[in-house]
Amino acid sequence: MASKKKIPEINASSQADISFILLIFFLTATTMNTDTGIPRVLPAMPDENQKTEDLDIRERNLLLVFINTYDQIMVGGKPMDITEVKEKAKEFILNPANEDNLPESEDTEFELPDGTKWTYPVSKGVISLQNDRGTSYTAYIQVQNELVRAFNEVRDEVSMEKFGKKFSELDEDHRSVIQKAVPQKISESEPRNVGGKK
Amino acid sequence: MAVLKKEGKKEIPAISTASLPDVVFMLLFFFMTITTMRDQEVLVQTKLPSATEVQKLEKKSLVSYIYIGQPTKAMQAKFGTSPRIQLNDSYRSTRDILEFVAAERDKLSENERAQMTICLKADENTRMGIITDVKQELRRANALKISYAASKTLGY
Repeated sequence: MASKKKIPEINASSQADISFILLIFFLTATTMNTDTGIPRVLPAMPDENQKTEDLDIRERNLLLVFINTYDQIMVGGKPMDITEVKEKAKEFILNPANEDNLPESEDTEFELPDGTKWTYPVSKGVISLQNDRGTSYTAYIQVQNELVRAFNEVRDEVSMEKFGKKFSELDEDHRSVIQKAVPQKISESEPRNVGGKK
Repeated sequence: MAVLKKEGKKEIPAISTASLPDVVFMLLFFFMTITTMRDQEVLVQTKLPSATEVQKLEKKSLVSYIYIGQPTKAMQAKFGTSPRIQLNDSYRSTRDILEFVAAERDKLSENERAQMTICLKADENTRMGIITDVKQELRRANALKISYAASKTLGY
Protein backbone atom coordinates (compact mmCIF):
# COMPACT_ATOMS: atom_id res chain seq x y z
CA MET A 1 0.00 0.00 0.00
CA ALA A 2 1.79 2.98 -1.18
CA SER A 3 -0.95 5.40 -0.31
CA LYS A 4 -0.44 5.07 3.45
CA LYS A 5 1.45 8.09 4.57
CA LYS A 6 3.37 8.31 7.78
CA ILE A 7 2.01 10.81 10.28
CA PRO A 8 4.83 13.23 11.07
CA GLU A 9 5.99 13.26 14.64
CA ILE A 10 4.93 16.20 16.72
CA ASN A 11 7.82 18.42 17.53
CA ALA A 12 8.37 18.18 21.25
CA SER A 13 11.28 20.53 21.59
CA SER A 14 9.17 23.28 23.10
CA GLN A 15 7.94 21.03 25.88
CA ALA A 16 11.07 21.78 27.84
CA ASP A 17 10.45 25.51 27.58
CA ILE A 18 6.88 25.17 28.72
CA SER A 19 7.84 23.10 31.71
CA PHE A 20 10.59 25.54 32.54
CA ILE A 21 8.08 28.36 32.66
CA LEU A 22 5.87 26.34 34.98
CA LEU A 23 8.84 25.48 37.14
CA ILE A 24 9.87 29.09 37.47
CA PHE A 25 6.31 30.08 38.30
CA PHE A 26 6.18 27.62 41.18
CA LEU A 27 9.62 28.60 42.39
CA THR A 28 8.59 32.21 42.74
CA ALA A 29 5.01 31.87 43.89
CA THR A 30 5.53 29.36 46.66
CA THR A 31 7.48 29.18 49.85
CA MET A 32 9.46 26.26 51.09
CA ASN A 33 9.65 26.67 54.84
CA THR A 34 7.26 24.87 57.09
CA ASP A 35 6.55 26.87 60.18
CA THR A 36 7.94 25.73 63.45
CA GLY A 37 7.30 27.20 66.84
CA ILE A 38 6.88 26.65 70.53
CA PRO A 39 3.23 25.79 71.15
CA ARG A 40 1.66 27.25 74.25
CA VAL A 41 -1.82 27.60 75.65
CA LEU A 42 -2.65 30.94 77.18
CA PRO A 43 -4.68 31.06 80.37
CA ALA A 44 -8.28 32.06 79.85
CA MET A 45 -9.24 35.59 80.74
CA PRO A 46 -10.61 35.55 84.27
CA ASP A 47 -14.24 36.38 84.69
CA GLU A 48 -14.73 39.90 85.90
CA ASN A 49 -17.13 38.98 88.66
CA GLN A 50 -15.02 36.07 89.76
CA LYS A 51 -13.01 36.74 92.87
CA THR A 52 -9.30 36.16 92.79
CA GLU A 53 -9.34 33.41 95.33
CA ASP A 54 -8.03 30.60 93.20
CA LEU A 55 -4.46 31.77 93.59
CA ASP A 56 -3.99 29.42 96.45
CA ILE A 57 -0.72 27.90 95.40
CA ARG A 58 1.69 27.17 98.17
CA GLU A 59 5.02 28.83 98.01
CA ARG A 60 6.92 25.57 97.69
CA ASN A 61 4.86 24.66 94.65
CA LEU A 62 5.77 27.76 92.75
CA LEU A 63 8.95 28.48 90.87
CA LEU A 64 9.17 32.05 89.84
CA VAL A 65 11.19 32.77 86.73
CA PHE A 66 11.63 36.43 86.10
CA ILE A 67 13.38 38.11 83.20
CA ASN A 68 14.11 41.76 83.72
CA THR A 69 14.39 44.55 81.24
CA TYR A 70 18.11 43.89 80.76
CA ASP A 71 17.42 40.23 79.95
CA GLN A 72 18.82 39.04 83.25
CA ILE A 73 17.19 35.93 84.59
CA MET A 74 16.15 35.26 88.14
CA VAL A 75 14.95 31.81 89.09
CA GLY A 76 13.45 31.21 92.51
CA GLY A 77 14.99 34.38 93.90
CA LYS A 78 18.49 33.80 92.61
CA PRO A 79 20.07 35.34 89.53
CA MET A 80 20.98 32.68 87.07
CA ASP A 81 22.58 32.11 83.70
CA ILE A 82 20.43 30.78 80.87
CA THR A 83 22.42 27.53 80.87
CA GLU A 84 21.45 26.77 84.47
CA VAL A 85 17.73 27.30 84.06
CA LYS A 86 17.00 23.86 82.68
CA GLU A 87 18.65 21.95 85.52
CA LYS A 88 16.92 24.10 88.09
CA ALA A 89 13.56 23.54 86.44
CA LYS A 90 14.14 19.80 86.23
CA GLU A 91 15.04 19.66 89.89
CA PHE A 92 11.88 21.59 90.62
CA ILE A 93 9.66 19.28 88.57
CA LEU A 94 11.11 16.02 89.82
CA ASN A 95 12.03 16.88 93.41
CA PRO A 96 14.20 13.76 93.55
CA ALA A 97 15.21 14.01 97.21
CA ASN A 98 11.69 14.89 98.41
CA GLU A 99 12.87 18.11 99.93
CA ASP A 100 10.60 20.42 101.82
CA ASN A 101 11.24 23.51 99.78
CA LEU A 102 10.51 21.79 96.47
CA PRO A 103 6.98 21.01 95.26
CA GLU A 104 4.91 18.31 96.84
CA SER A 105 3.57 15.51 94.73
CA GLU A 106 0.41 13.55 94.75
CA ASP A 107 0.31 9.85 93.98
CA THR A 108 -2.01 9.40 91.07
CA GLU A 109 -3.13 6.17 89.55
CA PHE A 110 -3.06 5.87 85.79
CA GLU A 111 -4.65 3.21 83.70
CA LEU A 112 -2.21 2.02 81.09
CA PRO A 113 -3.37 1.00 77.61
CA ASP A 114 -2.62 -2.64 78.38
CA GLY A 115 -5.02 -2.58 81.34
CA THR A 116 -2.57 -2.46 84.20
CA LYS A 117 -2.41 0.29 86.77
CA TRP A 118 0.53 2.55 87.39
CA THR A 119 1.01 4.95 90.24
CA TYR A 120 3.19 7.95 89.77
CA PRO A 121 3.73 10.93 92.07
CA VAL A 122 2.49 13.82 89.98
CA SER A 123 4.18 17.04 90.90
CA LYS A 124 1.99 19.93 91.94
CA GLY A 125 4.61 22.43 90.95
CA VAL A 126 3.85 25.37 88.71
CA ILE A 127 6.52 27.38 86.95
CA SER A 128 5.53 30.98 86.66
CA LEU A 129 7.24 32.97 83.98
CA GLN A 130 7.26 36.70 84.39
CA ASN A 131 8.78 39.27 82.18
CA ASP A 132 9.13 42.97 81.95
CA ARG A 133 7.75 45.08 79.15
CA GLY A 134 11.31 45.84 78.16
CA THR A 135 12.50 42.25 77.98
CA SER A 136 13.68 41.28 74.55
CA TYR A 137 11.76 38.62 72.69
CA THR A 138 14.91 36.56 72.15
CA ALA A 139 15.54 36.24 75.86
CA TYR A 140 11.91 35.39 76.47
CA ILE A 141 11.91 32.65 73.85
CA GLN A 142 15.20 31.30 75.15
CA VAL A 143 13.80 30.93 78.65
CA GLN A 144 10.54 29.47 77.34
CA ASN A 145 12.62 27.03 75.36
CA GLU A 146 14.69 26.01 78.37
CA LEU A 147 11.55 25.40 80.42
CA VAL A 148 9.94 23.33 77.68
CA ARG A 149 13.19 21.46 77.33
CA ALA A 150 13.22 20.68 81.04
CA PHE A 151 9.72 19.25 80.79
CA ASN A 152 10.60 17.26 77.70
CA GLU A 153 13.67 15.78 79.34
CA VAL A 154 11.70 14.81 82.43
CA ARG A 155 9.08 13.19 80.22
CA ASP A 156 11.80 11.32 78.38
CA GLU A 157 13.27 10.09 81.63
CA VAL A 158 9.94 8.99 83.06
CA SER A 159 8.90 7.23 79.88
CA MET A 160 12.32 5.58 79.59
CA GLU A 161 11.96 4.28 83.11
CA LYS A 162 8.41 3.06 82.65
CA PHE A 163 8.17 1.98 79.04
CA GLY A 164 11.79 1.69 78.02
CA LYS A 165 11.29 4.11 75.17
CA LYS A 166 11.74 7.80 74.64
CA PHE A 167 8.66 9.99 74.87
CA SER A 168 8.75 10.83 71.18
CA GLU A 169 8.83 7.15 70.23
CA LEU A 170 5.74 6.24 72.24
CA ASP A 171 2.36 5.74 70.64
CA GLU A 172 -0.57 8.03 71.24
CA ASP A 173 -2.06 6.20 74.26
CA HIS A 174 1.18 5.87 76.19
CA ARG A 175 2.06 9.41 75.37
CA SER A 176 -1.09 10.81 76.90
CA VAL A 177 -0.37 8.88 80.11
CA ILE A 178 3.07 10.46 80.34
CA GLN A 179 1.60 13.84 79.52
CA LYS A 180 -0.73 13.50 82.46
CA ALA A 181 2.02 12.22 84.71
CA VAL A 182 4.28 15.14 83.86
CA PRO A 183 1.96 18.00 83.05
CA GLN A 184 3.56 21.01 81.42
CA LYS A 185 2.59 23.65 83.92
CA ILE A 186 4.08 26.91 82.79
CA SER A 187 2.07 29.94 83.67
CA GLU A 188 2.60 33.21 81.91
CA SER A 189 1.49 35.98 84.13
CA GLU A 190 0.91 39.56 83.24
CA PRO A 191 4.09 41.56 82.96
CA ARG A 192 5.40 44.23 85.21
CA ASN A 193 6.69 47.51 84.06
CA VAL A 194 9.59 48.33 86.25
CA GLY A 195 12.32 48.85 83.70
CA GLY A 196 10.50 51.77 82.15
CA LYS A 197 11.75 50.88 78.69
CA LYS A 198 9.22 50.50 75.97
CA MET B 1 40.08 -5.05 18.32
CA ALA B 2 40.85 -1.68 19.74
CA VAL B 3 41.89 -0.08 16.57
CA LEU B 4 41.49 3.62 16.55
CA LYS B 5 40.50 5.06 13.27
CA LYS B 6 42.20 8.31 12.88
CA GLU B 7 41.39 9.07 9.34
CA GLY B 8 39.04 11.95 8.64
CA LYS B 9 37.46 14.52 10.93
CA LYS B 10 34.46 13.05 12.66
CA GLU B 11 31.65 15.29 13.71
CA ILE B 12 30.56 15.12 17.34
CA PRO B 13 26.89 14.12 17.39
CA ALA B 14 24.52 16.58 19.01
CA ILE B 15 23.54 15.72 22.55
CA SER B 16 20.00 14.50 22.64
CA THR B 17 17.74 16.83 24.60
CA ALA B 18 14.78 14.52 24.44
CA SER B 19 14.97 13.80 28.18
CA LEU B 20 15.24 17.44 29.18
CA PRO B 21 11.46 17.93 29.51
CA ASP B 22 11.29 14.87 31.74
CA VAL B 23 13.99 16.17 34.00
CA VAL B 24 12.36 19.57 34.24
CA PHE B 25 8.97 18.03 34.91
CA MET B 26 10.45 16.02 37.70
CA LEU B 27 11.82 19.19 39.26
CA LEU B 28 8.49 20.85 38.74
CA PHE B 29 6.58 18.12 40.53
CA PHE B 30 9.13 18.13 43.33
CA PHE B 31 8.58 21.82 43.95
CA MET B 32 4.84 21.57 43.54
CA THR B 33 4.58 18.96 46.25
CA ILE B 34 6.94 20.29 48.90
CA THR B 35 6.20 23.99 48.75
CA THR B 36 3.14 25.91 49.76
CA MET B 37 1.58 28.93 48.15
CA ARG B 38 2.75 32.22 49.47
CA ASP B 39 -0.44 33.59 50.91
CA GLN B 40 0.33 37.11 51.92
CA GLU B 41 2.88 39.79 51.62
CA VAL B 42 4.81 40.39 54.80
CA LEU B 43 5.21 44.05 55.58
CA VAL B 44 7.38 43.71 58.65
CA GLN B 45 10.84 42.31 59.12
CA THR B 46 10.72 39.15 61.13
CA LYS B 47 13.97 37.50 61.94
CA LEU B 48 12.72 34.69 64.09
CA PRO B 49 14.45 33.75 67.33
CA SER B 50 15.89 30.28 67.48
CA ALA B 51 14.95 27.50 69.85
CA THR B 52 15.56 23.80 70.21
CA GLU B 53 12.18 22.53 71.35
CA VAL B 54 10.16 23.71 68.38
CA GLN B 55 7.34 21.72 66.92
CA LYS B 56 5.98 21.78 63.43
CA LEU B 57 2.69 23.51 62.97
CA GLU B 58 0.25 20.91 61.83
CA LYS B 59 -2.59 21.73 59.45
CA LYS B 60 -1.93 25.03 57.82
CA SER B 61 -5.59 25.81 57.41
CA LEU B 62 -6.04 26.09 61.17
CA VAL B 63 -3.23 28.56 61.60
CA SER B 64 -3.56 32.33 61.50
CA TYR B 65 -0.56 34.57 61.58
CA ILE B 66 0.21 37.73 63.46
CA TYR B 67 3.42 39.42 62.45
CA ILE B 68 5.22 41.78 64.78
CA GLY B 69 8.34 43.68 63.93
CA GLN B 70 9.85 46.73 62.28
CA PRO B 71 8.36 47.73 58.96
CA THR B 72 10.34 46.51 55.98
CA LYS B 73 12.97 48.77 54.46
CA ALA B 74 10.62 49.91 51.73
CA MET B 75 7.92 50.87 54.21
CA GLN B 76 10.17 52.56 56.74
CA ALA B 77 10.12 55.89 54.97
CA LYS B 78 6.40 56.03 55.47
CA PHE B 79 5.85 54.24 58.74
CA GLY B 80 9.07 54.71 60.71
CA THR B 81 10.98 52.05 62.53
CA SER B 82 8.94 51.37 65.63
CA PRO B 83 7.57 47.84 65.77
CA ARG B 84 4.21 47.24 64.14
CA ILE B 85 1.60 44.55 64.16
CA GLN B 86 0.54 43.16 60.84
CA LEU B 87 -2.79 41.43 60.44
CA ASN B 88 -3.70 40.15 57.00
CA ASP B 89 -2.22 42.67 54.63
CA SER B 90 -1.91 45.86 56.61
CA TYR B 91 -0.54 47.40 59.77
CA ARG B 92 -3.00 47.29 62.59
CA SER B 93 -3.12 48.08 66.24
CA THR B 94 -3.88 45.78 69.14
CA ARG B 95 -7.50 46.89 69.09
CA ASP B 96 -8.08 45.16 65.76
CA ILE B 97 -7.03 41.77 67.05
CA LEU B 98 -10.45 40.92 68.48
CA GLU B 99 -12.02 41.46 65.10
CA PHE B 100 -9.22 39.63 63.30
CA VAL B 101 -9.61 36.57 65.51
CA ALA B 102 -13.37 36.60 65.03
CA ALA B 103 -12.95 36.78 61.26
CA GLU B 104 -10.40 33.97 61.23
CA ARG B 105 -12.63 31.88 63.42
CA ASP B 106 -15.54 32.36 61.08
CA LYS B 107 -13.53 30.89 58.24
CA LEU B 108 -13.26 27.56 60.01
CA SER B 109 -15.96 25.01 60.41
CA GLU B 110 -17.68 24.47 63.72
CA ASN B 111 -15.62 21.53 64.89
CA GLU B 112 -12.30 23.00 63.84
CA ARG B 113 -12.67 26.18 65.80
CA ALA B 114 -11.33 24.75 69.02
CA GLN B 115 -8.13 23.82 67.27
CA MET B 116 -7.47 27.22 65.79
CA THR B 117 -3.90 28.25 66.40
CA ILE B 118 -2.47 31.73 66.29
CA CYS B 119 1.12 31.82 65.20
CA LEU B 120 3.01 34.80 66.56
CA LYS B 121 5.79 35.70 64.21
CA ALA B 122 7.76 38.31 66.03
CA ASP B 123 11.17 39.70 65.34
CA GLU B 124 13.80 38.67 67.85
CA ASN B 125 14.62 42.26 68.71
CA THR B 126 11.09 43.18 69.61
CA ARG B 127 10.45 44.18 73.19
CA MET B 128 8.01 42.09 75.14
CA GLY B 129 5.69 45.04 75.75
CA ILE B 130 3.99 44.88 72.38
CA ILE B 131 3.92 41.09 72.43
CA THR B 132 2.30 41.09 75.84
CA ASP B 133 -0.34 43.50 74.58
CA VAL B 134 -1.06 41.11 71.73
CA LYS B 135 -1.19 38.18 74.11
CA GLN B 136 -3.61 39.95 76.41
CA GLU B 137 -5.77 40.79 73.44
CA LEU B 138 -5.71 37.18 72.29
CA ARG B 139 -6.79 36.07 75.73
CA ARG B 140 -9.64 38.51 75.53
CA ALA B 141 -10.58 37.12 72.12
CA ASN B 142 -10.44 33.63 73.63
CA ALA B 143 -7.87 32.46 71.11
CA LEU B 144 -5.77 30.58 73.61
CA LYS B 145 -3.81 28.23 71.42
CA ILE B 146 -0.77 30.07 70.26
CA SER B 147 2.62 29.24 68.92
CA TYR B 148 5.72 31.36 69.19
CA ALA B 149 7.33 31.00 65.82
CA ALA B 150 10.98 30.11 66.12
CA SER B 151 13.52 28.47 63.93
CA LYS B 152 15.17 25.28 64.96
CA THR B 153 18.73 25.20 66.22
CA LEU B 154 20.80 22.66 68.04
CA GLY B 155 21.09 24.77 71.17
CA TYR B 156 23.92 26.58 72.80
